[in-house]
Amino acid sequence: MTLNMGPSHPATHGVLRLSLELDGDKVVKCDPVIGYLHRGDEKIAENMTYNQFVPYTDRLDYLAPLANNVAYAIAVEKLAGLKMPERCEAIRVACCEMARISSHLLGLGVYAMDTGAWTVFMYTFNEREKLYTLFEELTGARFTTSYTRIGGLTRDLPEGWLQRVENFCDGVLKTIDEVDRLLTRNGIFLERTEGIAPISKELALAYGLTGPNLRASGVPFDLRKDKPYSGYEKYEFDVPVGAKGDCFDRYLVRMEEVRQSVRILRQVIKTMPSGPWYAEEAKKIFLPPKAKVMTKMEELIQNFMLVTEGPQIPAGEVYFEAENPKGALGFYIVSNGGGVPYRLRIRGPSFVSLSILPAIVPGNFLTDIASILGSLDFVMGECDR
Amino acid sequence: MDAAAFTQKFPQTETLASIDMPTFKVANAELVEVVRYLRDTQGFDLLADLCGVDWPQRTPRFGVVLHLLNTSKSEYVRLHVACEQDAVPSVSAIHPGANWHEREAYDMFGIRFVGHPDPRRILMWEAYPFHPLRKEFPLAGIEVPFPAADVAAVTGQKVEPAPMMGGPFVSGGGHMSNAEPQALDQSWNEEKPKS
Repeated sequence: MTLNMGPSHPATHGVLRLSLELDGDKVVKCDPVIGYLHRGDEKIAENMTYNQFVPYTDRLDYLAPLANNVAYAIAVEKLAGLKMPERCEAIRVACCEMARISSHLLGLGVYAMDTGAWTVFMYTFNEREKLYTLFEELTGARFTTSYTRIGGLTRDLPEGWLQRVENFCDGVLKTIDEVDRLLTRNGIFLERTEGIAPISKELALAYGLTGPNLRASGVPFDLRKDKPYSGYEKYEFDVPVGAKGDCFDRYLVRMEEVRQSVRILRQVIKTMPSGPWYAEEAKKIFLPPKAKVMTKMEELIQNFMLVTEGPQIPAGEVYFEAENPKGALGFYIVSNGGGVPYRLRIRGPSFVSLSILPAIVPGNFLTDIASILGSLDFVMGECDR
Repeated sequence: MDAAAFTQKFPQTETLASIDMPTFKVANAELVEVVRYLRDTQGFDLLADLCGVDWPQRTPRFGVVLHLLNTSKSEYVRLHVACEQDAVPSVSAIHPGANWHEREAYDMFGIRFVGHPDPRRILMWEAYPFHPLRKEFPLAGIEVPFPAADVAAVTGQKVEPAPMMGGPFVSGGGHMSNAEPQALDQSWNEEKPKS
């Protein structure tokens, strides 16, 4: 029997469609159909300046927009050969880790909901609400943050914000412990996740999985540790690794990652450097301070040129991957010089995570699909771009 | 990575200058061998990315760029391949993850991957007549029939170009008035001086 699942199905978390062939209750063949959310982000990027594309990166992995903003900004800065001041790097690390917590809280909540534990969702969403309040204070928006600019950020930290993040850290650890008690030894949850769709080390590497999905399969690869960017080498944290790579391991890895993110956040708060929060020497890239634009001729011209022609990036090519909540988000940028990229390729980790479905879904029961999709923690905005 | 051993093994390979990682231009016919050698001998076990690039002024026009990752040494390598008659050999037998990336490159650029097990479109629907990431394809899109013919028969729906018609955010190149949000009154600008 052929069964169509999605594109509007609660377990497909967005607009994923699975075309399934069933033998009784067992799946024989699974063919994911994607593209329902394709907006042509790569085409759009070729037609606008580097800074104008920042809001579009919000809409890739829309559960962790801050992390996307940071990954994109670092990719372009690498191409421009810019070195960011320490404070800017530290703020970006804080943003990335808060985005990770936010994304994992949602991932865990809906994963538990898909497997029948509705309460967890309420607990984790309560914490996400607090995070959104913090994001709003920092960026002016709860959801579509657009916080980074090429060569810096849109603004410095608000006063007392770090203290409020510290307070949040205490709360989220308590919630994670509660989720732990609700799920980790819950018979129903174990029944639905343990031993389901194991991904071996070799299979995970062959399909190019990254992030928590790769680590759950036992590969201790984390770009924050192995190829540190934005000053991640300064912070101490552990990389949780799974043993079997089944749905339950992917859950455990995410749980532990939230705790490690809190650990990083606390170190960032403790060691937050003072100083400039944007690259001051990058006159052809970062907008001058508003007060000077209004009073000085040179800055006014600079402001005008930057807004109309975009930050001037030298010709060349760069590939940069950042460790995002869903996996490695990569940007491959080809520049011919000037303010607009010639080609901007987005490597979305969710796209890669979904490409493994035809290999792992067959052989499982139809009901297991909810667990498998929940455990892979994908988001269609990034898959379809 | 051991670049010397690599270029010795594949003498047709050209080393390119790059700011971030070892970059090579690989001969089209050798691609599969190169990727297999890099995986088995040099430990590049993960295909990070594969994408197409369109260079309308160049012959051959299309290029494919691969990024391979060595997860134990955390090293990347970039491979450039030029298409021959819009085709490159598929590497999805070595890295199954390349399957979807290659389908996307076919979908967006029309690059054919020789030996691909499932050469369908992936993001656009199967009957879509264009390859939208080619440089000549307009940002706003081109009108095409609606993918579901039965729905279109009743509603008369079509897939229409975006209402913004590619503006007002297009910038770079040409007169500023083409790049900026435009006022309704276009009786004068830099091209048409005020009389």
